[in-house]
Amino acid sequence: MKRMTGGEAVRLFCVRNAVPIVFLLVSAIGIYYSQFTAEYLIQEMLTRLARNAFLVLSLLIPIMAGMGLNFGMVLGAMAGQIGLIFISDWNVSGLYGMTLAALIATPLAILFGWMCGAVLNKARGREMVTSYILGFFMNGVYQLAVLYGFGSVVPILNPELVLSRGYGIRNVTNLDGIRNTLDNAIPLDIMGIHIPLATFLVIGVFCLFIVWFRRTKLGQDMRATGQDLGVAHAAGIPVMRTRIISIVISTVLAAYGQIIFLQNVGTLNTYNSHEQAGVFAIASLLVGGATVARASILNVFTGVLLFHLMFVVSPMAGKYLVGDAQIGEYFRVFVCYAIISLALVLHAWRRHADKVRARAALRGESGGAA
Amino acid sequence: MGAEEPLLRVEGVGKAYFSNRVLKNVNFTLGKGRILGLVGENGAGKSTLMNILFGMRVIQETGGYEGKILIDGSEVSFRSPMDALKAGIGMVHQEFSLIPGFSVAENIVLNRETLVYNPLVEAFGDRLTTLDRAAMTRRADEAISKLNIELDSSTLISELPVGYKQFTEIAREIDKKGTRLLVLDEPTAVLTESEAEILLDSMRRLARHGISIIFISHRLQEVMSVCDDIVILRDGEVVLQTTPAETSVRQIAGAMVGRRIDRGESEGREERAPGKPVMEIENLWVDMPGETVRNVSLTVYEGEILGIGGMAGQGKLGIANGIMGLHPAGGSVSFEGRAIELNNPESPLAAGISAVSEDRRGVGLLLEESIAWNIIFTSLQMQGRFLRQFGPVKIRDEEGIAECARKYIRDLEIKCTSERQHVQELSGGNQQKVCLAKAFETRPKLLFVAEPTRGIDVGAKRVVLDTLKRYNREHGMTIVVISSELEELRSVCDRIAIIDKGAVAGILPAATPSEAFGYLLMGAGAAEAEKAAADNSNGMEAANA
Repeated sequence: MKRMTGGEAVRLFCVRNAVPIVFLLVSAIGIYYSQFTAEYLIQEMLTRLARNAFLVLSLLIPIMAGMGLNFGMVLGAMAGQIGLIFISDWNVSGLYGMTLAALIATPLAILFGWMCGAVLNKARGREMVTSYILGFFMNGVYQLAVLYGFGSVVPILNPELVLSRGYGIRNVTNLDGIRNTLDNAIPLDIMGIHIPLATFLVIGVFCLFIVWFRRTKLGQDMRATGQDLGVAHAAGIPVMRTRIISIVISTVLAAYGQIIFLQNVGTLNTYNSHEQAGVFAIASLLVGGATVARASILNVFTGVLLFHLMFVVSPMAGKYLVGDAQIGEYFRVFVCYAIISLALVLHAWRRHADKVRARAALRGESGGAA
Repeated sequence: MGAEEPLLRVEGVGKAYFSNRVLKNVNFTLGKGRILGLVGENGAGKSTLMNILFGMRVIQETGGYEGKILIDGSEVSFRSPMDALKAGIGMVHQEFSLIPGFSVAENIVLNRETLVYNPLVEAFGDRLTTLDRAAMTRRADEAISKLNIELDSSTLISELPVGYKQFTEIAREIDKKGTRLLVLDEPTAVLTESEAEILLDSMRRLARHGISIIFISHRLQEVMSVCDDIVILRDGEVVLQTTPAETSVRQIAGAMVGRRIDRGESEGREERAPGKPVMEIENLWVDMPGETVRNVSLTVYEGEILGIGGMAGQGKLGIANGIMGLHPAGGSVSFEGRAIELNNPESPLAAGISAVSEDRRGVGLLLEESIAWNIIFTSLQMQGRFLRQFGPVKIRDEEGIAECARKYIRDLEIKCTSERQHVQELSGGNQQKVCLAKAFETRPKLLFVAEPTRGIDVGAKRVVLDTLKRYNREHGMTIVVISSELEELRSVCDRIAIIDKGAVAGILPAATPSEAFGYLLMGAGAAEAEKAAADNSNGMEAANA
């Protein structure tokens, strides 16, 4: 094998990390123009890290199994929200409430995940777009259930939750009972900055779980399946089942992630909260330098930080640059889709660059001439 | 053999896929710790024999096989590859079945990992056992040491040279408990010479450990140096069964390619003076999956029919596909003194070069369109023919198109109801004729034809080959025929180039005896082949005198 020169190594590093580098540069310019204080930014970043990291982490396992970015995690978010609606109705608050919501969400998420996985097995190679559309479809089913089923078929006791016509859940569900419960479970303030320690502990446990999971037989099978379905199948690994399990795990974890997310936000937009969950989580992960085929825990944290840094500074930067905060608002909504497009394009370009590099090895003696 | 029963005994094994007989009455035995070389051209029946041995599904689905296979003296009949594995038969395929992002050790123990229990197993099942990486590495290193090679088991597969991927596969078979018989299918095809040497050493070592090996190879010197027994298959029959001590490279080469020269053809062959060079190929590389061209330099002369032969996977198909811009390529190609731009299909077409693809149904034809439309499609698109100016717009000249199609249907004896019939309804042979007509209609100066007779019946074969010859003679079209069938090339070509390991192994006149081509096919080197050719012509002169 050839040894790389210093210049080549730097170039390779830039190629591999093109997305985070671009975002770091854009954010740096944004920070300069936004005129935010460091204190404010650090507080924002800590809050947003605690709020979003769990959701983003739930994406890792399907990527390991070669199923790409799981837009189907929206299904998990829906399951989590159904759990939250029930605990609001039953008035169970605090950590008990969150745990109960998680317990209610789990079987639902397993069911959704199993269904999603089975569909994706039929659409091998097109998992991302299939799961994206599946998310839209299930959004309709969710709306039907919550708008017509709750309060009629499913008994809802608390009239405050229900629309005035007698059935269906209101647009906004107040989550006072569990607002910031986890974030404040272990109070810790350093230099006036509030640190949601308990949430970070939960996220830490999750990270340990992922590290451990990679070392299990199932994790190994998922990696093998993800890298080469045919070879894994020939070696006797039940590949289809393995793929379904990876989606089920992801969906269940996304349900928990959505519960953590909403306890921080404090209100549930019954019909909208889940919609952006998938897109935002995936954009964050991609910004962190992950690809459709490869993602690490480090990508998750880098990505959440960079993405939300951009999110926080762009309205203000827009205001000071153009004189209109609306421009910044508008900017940050569309930037999110731009990120996903950019990341997918860069991913394709990077794969092409890798292929060209690999091909160079084939040329044999004629390499110099070509 | 004395009282000891051989490990494997093959008795009267035969197989026909419906009416097509591919194996006839094959008999041989393989003792414990011995290496058997299985030699034969593409299509000689080697793969079918191995499929039978491994209980591949395709065999049962097509009606099973005749004869008996005995292991340790008792008859076996494997219903699936898993049964064969349980009986201790391991196979290393030509295509690697390795996970690229896994380490060597992880691949060796793939799905047979050493596992450690933990309490979560009770709740979630066996697959939550954790991996014992230390033990996995130990097992991998043990298997590697049996091969007596230097290989760090923590290296990623994607970073290994091809040769070591092969070793990883073999180590995996060794790591399986109770592997007694190892089948290596063309293991050296992708190896460099030094790597092949190491592999042969490892094979000898394994044999000393009591593992029997079936070594499928077309590299004759390797077979001679490593095998205890040699079995040569041709057209589904064992034509020679011998040992290295009793035979010579030459005898095997002759047995492998046979002497099936049609008298009519060899009589009809005229010596033609070569024209001036028309195409120069220099240092061509083509990244075509499975048919990689590494470094080909070749000159095509005006008005000749050049044959390009070679074993499957050695790169002969990549040459035409690379020049026609269908796969990424590099190097330099010039036609009539002007450079052809690679990776741009328009450039060769504009220069007057056409190709008939080996992938008839995929690249060659628009299956759901009519014969007429297929024949004129490229001419219309690329050359703007069969169009009539009608005011400001151009419209198709339907009359001219039909007339042209009918001409080819008559000329090439295409069996169809009319020129409006869809090509998907035609037989393989007639589809091939449509492909040829399409290429002829572009009026190329140079035509590549890849695998023109693959999968078509004997009658159609004759017509296709005769048509090629006729267009060459009557229209002065330079033709390059790429085919796996040596005899076919010898019957139509003036010269034949043999491609081996992605490069030209040698170029000989088509009149050279097939034995000499056998040498080239088997990587025995150009010098040997020329010597054989010379010996033979001396012999003929002597006979004539």
